[in-house]
Amino acid sequence: MSSIDDALSGREVVWGTDNLFKSYTVARGDVEAAFAGAPIVVEGEYETGSQEQLYIEPNGMLAIADLQNGVTVWGSMQCPYYVHRALAGLFNLPAEKIRVVQMETGGGFGGKEEYPSIIAGHAALLAWKSGRPVKIVYSRAEDMVATTKRHPSRTKHRTAVTRDGRLLAMDVDFVIDGGAYCTLSPVVLSRGTIHAAGPYRCDHVRIRGRAVATNVPPHGAFRGFGAPQSIFALERHMDRVAAAVGLGPDEFRRRNFVHAGDTLAVGQVIREPVSMNTLLDRALALAGYHDKRRRFVEENGTRAIKKGIGFSTFMHGAGFTGSGEDHLASVVAVEATREGVVRVLAASTEIGQGTNTIFSQIAAEALGIDPDDVEVVQPDTSEVPNSGPTVVHHALVDAGVLPSVHSRAEFRAACRRYVDSYGTLRATSRYQPPPGVRWDDQTYQGDAYGTYAWAAYVAEVSVDTTTYEIRVDDFVAVQEVGKVINPTLAMGQIEGGVAQGVGWALYEDVVWREGRMANAQMTNYIMPTSMDLPEIRVHFEEVPYPYGPAGAKGIGELPMDGPAPAIFNAVEHATGISATRLPLTPERLMELMCASPAV
Amino acid sequence: MRTPLHRYELTACDSLQDALAALAADPSARPFAGGTDLMVLMDAGHLPPGRYIDLWKVRELRDIDVTAEAVTLGALTTYTEVLKAEILRREFPMLGIAAAETGGIATQNRGTIGGNIANASPAADTPPALVAYDAELELVSSRGVRRVAYEKFHTGYKKMDLAPGELIARVRLPRGRKGWRDYYRKVGTRKAQAISKVCFAAAADVADGRVRDLRVALGSVAPTVVRCTATETTVRGHAVDDAVVVKAQRALASEIEPIDDIRSTAAYRLRVAQNVLREFLTRIRA
Repeated sequence: MSSIDDALSGREVVWGTDNLFKSYTVARGDVEAAFAGAPIVVEGEYETGSQEQLYIEPNGMLAIADLQNGVTVWGSMQCPYYVHRALAGLFNLPAEKIRVVQMETGGGFGGKEEYPSIIAGHAALLAWKSGRPVKIVYSRAEDMVATTKRHPSRTKHRTAVTRDGRLLAMDVDFVIDGGAYCTLSPVVLSRGTIHAAGPYRCDHVRIRGRAVATNVPPHGAFRGFGAPQSIFALERHMDRVAAAVGLGPDEFRRRNFVHAGDTLAVGQVIREPVSMNTLLDRALALAGYHDKRRRFVEENGTRAIKKGIGFSTFMHGAGFTGSGEDHLASVVAVEATREGVVRVLAASTEIGQGTNTIFSQIAAEALGIDPDDVEVVQPDTSEVPNSGPTVVHHALVDAGVLPSVHSRAEFRAACRRYVDSYGTLRATSRYQPPPGVRWDDQTYQGDAYGTYAWAAYVAEVSVDTTTYEIRVDDFVAVQEVGKVINPTLAMGQIEGGVAQGVGWALYEDVVWREGRMANAQMTNYIMPTSMDLPEIRVHFEEVPYPYGPAGAKGIGELPMDGPAPAIFNAVEHATGISATRLPLTPERLMELMCASPAV
Repeated sequence: MRTPLHRYELTACDSLQDALAALAADPSARPFAGGTDLMVLMDAGHLPPGRYIDLWKVRELRDIDVTAEAVTLGALTTYTEVLKAEILRREFPMLGIAAAETGGIATQNRGTIGGNIANASPAADTPPALVAYDAELELVSSRGVRRVAYEKFHTGYKKMDLAPGELIARVRLPRGRKGWRDYYRKVGTRKAQAISKVCFAAAADVADGRVRDLRVALGSVAPTVVRCTATETTVRGHAVDDAVVVKAQRALASEIEPIDDIRSTAAYRLRVAQNVLREFLTRIRA
């Protein structure tokens, strides 16, 4: 069983009674009644493939384990406390006998959330048995073959609209392939399900989300957590609904965007200001969308290279889904040393995204000290508290012995005075949800996230009809992510996410043969190089989020959501080909173009 | 699994005489030039253990020699050297385009023309250009020197007209191509660091609206690089028009054998080869 269809057919059962790891249903209004009276109904089916994270550094672990000292592992990972919990279970040892240290980690993208527990387990068991330290470092090929990747997905949409383009009802069937074992699939499915109806106002919505079991290696966490899959389907579908109604893709969306005070499919009322129209206006203006939309059609004619432009509009929930943050009850600590250095203790890891810089920056600003005087402690479960895998929320507590404006010397003196008089100066802070946030895991209704980031992405493409190659020529990414704490890091996150999105949309194809990855080399698993990528123009609208750290929402996952549908919409503009399955490799585009009499 | 290093023996030679003697003395010894293919095989655990003769310091295999009749490249000429050679840029520009699209800079600094030919990959980027330029190979061994037309050199998948103990010494490109027009297109899996799915090189001598002579060669569409003589025949002597294009495309389909593999499909390779042929013919028509 290697596909979603195989799993759903039930011909063979490899998990439970129905091959389902997990299912959710979001229900709002009366969908069937709304469809019954609808003048226009548009259906569509969309598929996305798997994707390898391709972090720069492959997975690796070093373990020492014996009866006397317990188990210690050092390694490349995102979530030290996941590994800690796994080892405690595996060895049946008390928590204090397990020590997990995160070493400098060369990227993760979700690929080092759950899988490092497995490698740590292998290394630790071998160390236990042999009485010797054991190091396991995967080669690139081993890493690609063995570790978790993005879940493939299939989404069916049925949408009812009025003749003037207002959404009446949305019926969405979202399925992801979890592979042979249950990883973080329920969490991935959850985010994908909640994002499946997008930033649109619709009174009658039904979203059915299912994660199925197959015989391929397990899929797992990957930047975006299911949202890129369901948003790809939705934003491709919205262009087709717009066409069915006879409206431009932008005008159709404008008639349906949510505004402050509106209610999302999960019943969440949007409390903060949101202006999708402003984001879309700005993105389209920066891209020269309206002019190009008209001009490309006139110019393409018989040219071998056809140009197109398209966009997507979307949102991304900040932080953990639903009650996730409450369950995690993340803790972060700060400690001032006698020498006046402030140490931040958190299990949230630096994996290349700039966490340490941001932590230093937030702590320094809160305390009125220089970021150089802040030290972010290496995540080590014997030292840092369990702040879960999340980002720290306004964690820092005033030491209480300082005027609000002070010099470095005064700060150091105050620290020395405090430590000498009272001992360790340490404060911990536990995550508190924003007031009024409620979520019901049973009905899947409520405030799915504390808040959302909002975005409009525009892609301009060239399609070479000689070779069926698609090139993204220009990319505009406009988003509202709360307060941007560090503009350089924020731009880097968006650019990197867009690049990964371009790869997912056009190049990266995990080829399965009998359940194994057949192209586990970087020569044959094609990720785009800088030569294949356009200039990525990043712009932020800043609306500080009162409950976020220093006014920020989330940023890392968001840019994975928008590129693929924007590119596909642009390809349709260029060629008339309405592609529904990614990646859109030249081979697939050729099949579609040869099957279409129009081109 | 990688073979342990101690199972390899690398003998470095600094003259052609030494290298040929070493190869003659041990028939199982294999030549090692820039290593850009062999080291990949080694990393993947596919490089047979045994004796290798390192040719990197063999001076005689290195220079680019220019006479009135020909430009001759030593087999150890690297892609970087190809890119720098003014005479090649002027008279054999497809070699530079191919070199620039081969691997990354590190590979271009170590990879050699002779090594690329001896690796005999049907997906290599330079061979189609060499065929289109009527290249001739000079092969040397302790027994002497012989010359073969490059288009006859590859006899099957990874098979070639190269005897044990014999080295590719030089690649000779005949000059006198005034008036010929070149066309090269690599269709790879991406814009850089890519392996070809279709690699097309062609050259045509066009006068008074007629194609007096032409060469069409393709890589990645058969077990070896192929010179498409049937395609050439449909065009030679004619003015290019739509009917000629269609005939040529049909002839092309009869003389290439593309396959489905990890990088592409037979259907894609066939159609893109035909499309690229059309693009070439359209260019020389204009």
